[in-house]
Amino acid sequence: MKSSYREALRAGIREAMLRDERVFLMGEDVGSYGGSFAVSLGLLEEFGPERIRDTPLSESGFVGAGIGAALAGMRPIVEIMTVNFSLLALDQIVNNAASLLHMSGGQFNVPIVIRMTTGAGRQLGAQHSHSLEGWFAHIPGLRILAPATLADARGMLWTALEDPDPVLIFEHGSLYNVTGELDDDAGPVDIDTAAIRRTGADITLITYGGTLPAVLDAAEQLAAEGIDAEVLDLRTLRPLDEAAILASVRRTHRAVVVDEGWRSGSISAEISARITENAFYDLDAPVGRVCSAEVPIPYAKQLELAALPSVDRIVAAARQAVSAGG
Amino acid sequence: MTGPLDPPVRTLDPAHGRHLLLQMLRVRRLEEKCVELYSAAKIRGFLHVYIGEEAVAAGVLETLAPEDAVLATYREHGHALLRGVPAGAILAEMYGHVEGCCRGRGGSMHLFDAATRFYGGNAIVAGGLPLAVGMALADKMSGRSRVTVCFFGEGAVAEGEFHESLNLAALWQLPVLFCCENNLYAMGTALGRSESQTDIALKAAGYEIAAWAVDGMDVVAVEDAARHAVEAVRAGGGPHFLELRTYRFRAHSMFDPERYRDKAEVVRWLERDPINLLRAAMEAAGQLTAQEWEQLQSDADAEVAAAVDFAEAGTPEPLEDLTRFVYSERAGDDRAGAGSGRSGP
Repeated sequence: MKSSYREALRAGIREAMLRDERVFLMGEDVGSYGGSFAVSLGLLEEFGPERIRDTPLSESGFVGAGIGAALAGMRPIVEIMTVNFSLLALDQIVNNAASLLHMSGGQFNVPIVIRMTTGAGRQLGAQHSHSLEGWFAHIPGLRILAPATLADARGMLWTALEDPDPVLIFEHGSLYNVTGELDDDAGPVDIDTAAIRRTGADITLITYGGTLPAVLDAAEQLAAEGIDAEVLDLRTLRPLDEAAILASVRRTHRAVVVDEGWRSGSISAEISARITENAFYDLDAPVGRVCSAEVPIPYAKQLELAALPSVDRIVAAARQAVSAGG
Repeated sequence: MTGPLDPPVRTLDPAHGRHLLLQMLRVRRLEEKCVELYSAAKIRGFLHVYIGEEAVAAGVLETLAPEDAVLATYREHGHALLRGVPAGAILAEMYGHVEGCCRGRGGSMHLFDAATRFYGGNAIVAGGLPLAVGMALADKMSGRSRVTVCFFGEGAVAEGEFHESLNLAALWQLPVLFCCENNLYAMGTALGRSESQTDIALKAAGYEIAAWAVDGMDVVAVEDAARHAVEAVRAGGGPHFLELRTYRFRAHSMFDPERYRDKAEVVRWLERDPINLLRAAMEAAGQLTAQEWEQLQSDADAEVAAAVDFAEAGTPEPLEDLTRFVYSERAGDDRAGAGSGRSGP
């Protein structure tokens, strides 16, 4: 069937609500407004205001309340409007959700799912456009997901809700309107493994979330030039599927990491380090990176585009890796 | 039925009075021992003692049922003990031993206990309030008549999470009792130096929450107020708020030189020691003999001595278990185990 990414997310939420009465959705404008990105449109009418729960603008308060509800046996889905707003809830996410199980010596796990929009590309300026999922991937105790496809948008949520520990799902804002074919029987998917979205023999392009479409376009362009690129979609940023990364790099001997986050101290740095730590002698070229320019994301269209990973920059980085060394 | 502004009913049953005295003495003696053990380097990290404030935890916790939930701060030894966490498990936790209530992973500031529904042990000021709201929300959505009680200091009132939580609790009419332990100092900052409005109960009332201030040095008054509030919360009356006016006799932590308050002020408050107040009142009323008082003290001392023995005999957690409890352990899944390679990002 035809589906948008937004509709796939909604189908995932709806399925979870129907399957488990402990599940409820809570966040700013998830109810009457229909979701700030219309993901939850229509769910208030179907499930009522107790389970599709509008909150005040109190990110720390309602994220913490979601953690408390999870501690007391519920399976909350908390929606934060954008990743930038999640910074108001960092205390609850890091000091409570991620830490309670360990601090309590294994007594109190926190089965919460927190969804939020991430990423740039819509001229929304610096306070609605950042990609901070790599930051969250730094935190032990959290699981970090970045659905890039319709199937993952549809299927990651249920598996995340079954996880006994906190899971953060990052939905790139540029993906909501992406439309394609979704299997009629699409359902829960694993949240442990990376996925090869395109097989290739010459180089591995490693990415996740909102930059997957650009990386696939770049791979097509490279194919026309005779460079056969493999595209690895990480899907889960913590824990990283290190085995999949290393297996691909050992086949292709070259890698470029494409990440909309900033380069310094980033998840792309982590991936690059792991490759050099574990597969250095398999490499024929230094690991390349395509990241966002180190500026707060600007508003003006040409500036914003120049700041973000582009097909051209990905192709150039891949060419450089292939032309380097053996 | 009494209202929040009525004076507390003063018909204390002597046996109950002795019980309250014992509860406060148990906390006092345990913490005096903690300070001693800290000086002997048996306990490390930060240690914040509750000495002087015992009437608050003793009075409030007296009114709860086993199915209720309790959240407290980093000054929570007394709350944990009076909620039913064994003194030995508390002390072993401060020793960093496996036998501690959190297997040595929490320490003095992070005591947790699933069996008694004691949810910490939160060392981020006001960090426990949103959790309490969520636990109460879960109870309300599930149709359970449980009460969640959240303790915090008056320093929390300056945090955004305090205001967000009170608003949510009132907006959704949740079964939560907020207990503000107003000991007048946020570490070294006096209430009047940090709040434009120092009437804390009034702030809570501003959120349409039933709120009143109580003499936190009078354990009977605290118990009366808490009983009234807990009954109202359990009956579906929505969130309630108690401001418990109390005083910390000792330093904020073991590193505090107390430059911010006069010795004379401390001496004045020592005259209102909650244990001495109840003891004197009961003796004056002929409700406590010298022999009974001796017995209460020796009961408390014996419990502490046994706890010390328990902690001393404890064992350190093996280093290979370092990375356990970062993620839940599931059958057939070694994700949380050491060296599994799955617990890194």
